[in-house]
Amino acid sequence: MESQNLYLPYLMRIEKITNEAPFVKTFRLKFVNEEESTAFNFRTGQFGEYSVFGEGESTFCIASAPTRLGYIECTFRQAGRVTTSLANCDEGDVIGFRGPYGNIFPIDEWKGKNLLFIAGGIALPPMRSVIWNCLDLRENYKDVTILYGARSVADLVYKNELEEWKNRPDVKLVTTVDPGGETPGWKGEIGFVPTILDKMVPSAENTIAIVCGPPVMIKFTFPVLAKMGFPDDMIYTTLENRMKCGIGKCGRCNVGKVYVCKDGPVFTLAELKKLPAEY
Amino acid sequence: MDSLNGTGKIIMAPVRKGKLVELEPVNSSGEIAFDAMLTTQSAKKTTFPRWEKVMEYEQLQKGINPKEVDLDTLPELILFGIRPCDASGFRSLTAIFNWDSADQLYLKKLEKTTIVSFACHTADEYCFCTSVEGGPGNTANSDIQFTRVNDDNFLVEILTEKGQALAASFSGLLSDPAQLPDKMQFLADVPIVFDLKTVTGKATANFEHPTWLQQSYRCIGCGACAYVCPTCACFDIQDEHLIRKGVRLRLWDSCGFSLFTLHTSGHNPREVQSHRWRQRIMHKFSYMPERLNITGCEGCGRCSRACPVDMNIKEHLITIAEL
Amino acid sequence: MNDLKNSVAEMLRNKTINLFIGYGKGTGTRTRALFLTNPEEADKLIFDENCSQNLAVYLLKDEVKSAGKIGFLATNFALRAMMQQASEFQFKDGEIIALHITSEHRLIEFKDFKSIEMHLEQAETGIPAAERADVERIRAMSKQERWDFWMNEFSRCFKCYACRAACPLCYCHRCTTDCNQPQWIPVASHDLGNLNWHLMRAMHLSGRCVNCGDCARACPMDIPLNLLTYCLVDDIQKDFDFVAGMKSNALYALSTFKPDDKEDFIL
Repeated sequence: MESQNLYLPYLMRIEKITNEAPFVKTFRLKFVNEEESTAFNFRTGQFGEYSVFGEGESTFCIASAPTRLGYIECTFRQAGRVTTSLANCDEGDVIGFRGPYGNIFPIDEWKGKNLLFIAGGIALPPMRSVIWNCLDLRENYKDVTILYGARSVADLVYKNELEEWKNRPDVKLVTTVDPGGETPGWKGEIGFVPTILDKMVPSAENTIAIVCGPPVMIKFTFPVLAKMGFPDDMIYTTLENRMKCGIGKCGRCNVGKVYVCKDGPVFTLAELKKLPAEY
Repeated sequence: MDSLNGTGKIIMAPVRKGKLVELEPVNSSGEIAFDAMLTTQSAKKTTFPRWEKVMEYEQLQKGINPKEVDLDTLPELILFGIRPCDASGFRSLTAIFNWDSADQLYLKKLEKTTIVSFACHTADEYCFCTSVEGGPGNTANSDIQFTRVNDDNFLVEILTEKGQALAASFSGLLSDPAQLPDKMQFLADVPIVFDLKTVTGKATANFEHPTWLQQSYRCIGCGACAYVCPTCACFDIQDEHLIRKGVRLRLWDSCGFSLFTLHTSGHNPREVQSHRWRQRIMHKFSYMPERLNITGCEGCGRCSRACPVDMNIKEHLITIAEL
Repeated sequence: MNDLKNSVAEMLRNKTINLFIGYGKGTGTRTRALFLTNPEEADKLIFDENCSQNLAVYLLKDEVKSAGKIGFLATNFALRAMMQQASEFQFKDGEIIALHITSEHRLIEFKDFKSIEMHLEQAETGIPAAERADVERIRAMSKQERWDFWMNEFSRCFKCYACRAACPLCYCHRCTTDCNQPQWIPVASHDLGNLNWHLMRAMHLSGRCVNCGDCARACPMDIPLNLLTYCLVDDIQKDFDFVAGMKSNALYALSTFKPDDKEDFIL
């Protein structure tokens, strides 16, 4: 619908629900309105405001890649009011979506470089978009390495895609679970993500590192990357903050003078270090 | 007033309501509190109300029927008798609501509003408009400004096309004297108490300074300051659901509330009140000037008058300037 | 006055307390809360008839609690608030030193709950006469008149929560109005949202309100909220024979059953 109202969401029908992990689901959403579907586009890294009418809106990244249009996907953990309502939705239900908002992973600038993706737990969704985007344009990049860890085997999300990535000859995938999170048949690594990263000794030469994870994982991963010689402006990450409008007006998500919904959510470590301790 | 009434627009003017002075629809000049220095709330409630519908919806068997809010048949308003700080305050709101994307919920209402401000002949110890590039006779963003010369005569400045269009309705009352009175002598005296650039510079450079805690120890974290402020635009979005239908609303919010930045995980980037107070000042005097080229404060002093615990922003800004 | 200043300076100097909360000069004729950590600052303290803010509201703030041993200047209403907070287990006996200036300008120092309880037995802490008249006037209205009166007053409310923030007994970290699963009270400041909020707040204060009137003083829209809670205070006193804030170990009237309770309102 051609609307001047910035807060009016697209109507999206839930086409497919995947149970990724305890309390974590992925929705594949299709536009109710065909014209909107054709006109819609986004870039990797962007997010949206997903809503259940009557409950409210919640902020998640767009977890699918812009190279695959006609639908969008989001992955979320049930945590509060809106995510609980979303978790109670069925296939065929209609929800709202406002977006795409935010800045992007500058994958054009990364052409010709090696890519090192590091993700933890529920933070794989924002990475998934950029991983698939890059894999769909595989010839643009040199080595692609993915390191992904979660608390336990059950908590690993996108289990099918992890298999796909593992079986691709042009991708090196390392998966790990926290000590104690392994199952008897587990063949991956055992250890915290920063520990495994340290063991891997990735080369910083001509490599971009993209890191998404819970704050504690990030805190210990950055020093490992620094030790390996990664310069701050070659390390990318995403910030989360409480959001409402997503378009820089409600005044809520700023970290110092930087608005996470407009200047982010994608930041380099160099940019992050300039921010005040307000996130 | 009769001429203005004849235009068919709704006239909003300051009216005494008990101890308060509020902008209310009026029909005759007798209702207007011309002697009131300032309204308790700012004029922003006319274009950015304390709650408004963003959309409505109906729940169908398997789907949703959304309904837009009508932005085309909004009433025409004349804001009559608001002060220069109020008129100028709309500039900050417009800057925020126009930043990168145009917020029509606000802009359409502003389009339908003609601003007739009255210059100030009195001020009190809370006012500091002159320190933030404003003043008792500031015409920024006014369509017409009246300055009282004596009981029967006003200096009328017609400043914009909108103003001209409205002035046509009372042109009979206007005359072009050979010599216009000097506006300055009819204005209140509001001494400048700090240098704005210094405040902006010092605030920006002192993010971690203990002054933020010292200034905000007594702040109790309510939203009174943000709500009466002409430039504060922070808002919340909430859904309300009745059986099978509902609305999505936009409501006033305040960065002073402890829940404002609280994540569902329980993490709060601004955990203590001093961080929230710092955000208020930094947003108005550092981030907005840098990003939108406008200071987010008109020096009207409403925040300090409304504050239950006497947080005096003028005092705090002077302290910052002297850091 | 000098007694007060000297006393506070002394306590800060020998570390009997780390922080003292008192009144200082504010803008114009207003007074404001002062937070002193330095003995030299004690000179800024004042006390006069303008000093009415109930400083007990600060006793439960995180920034204050983390300061350690606290002292504060308490009006009779603040002492009552402190007793009510104590009977709700918010702090232990002896953790807070309360100073009080009587109407004869005498300085009293309360180091424990017992001394405060004894003082309050003879103190004047009922509903002030002018407000009592207002309460009776509203009580005399018909139901419809009362409804119209309050809905008109509430129409000015814009949910700034100054009333909640100023009240020493509203100290829940997560207020009931902030719960969204479910959203008990609509957030918006429309008629229903305002009515719901004020009624809920009054109900959560029944049997706990200490008549300080800070809610009404704090309200920027001049809504006489104290009259709402005063009505409930009266009702609780009548039906439960209970006055809040007189004892540090009082049991909450609305959740305590005693065999000799008057039961006629249940039957």
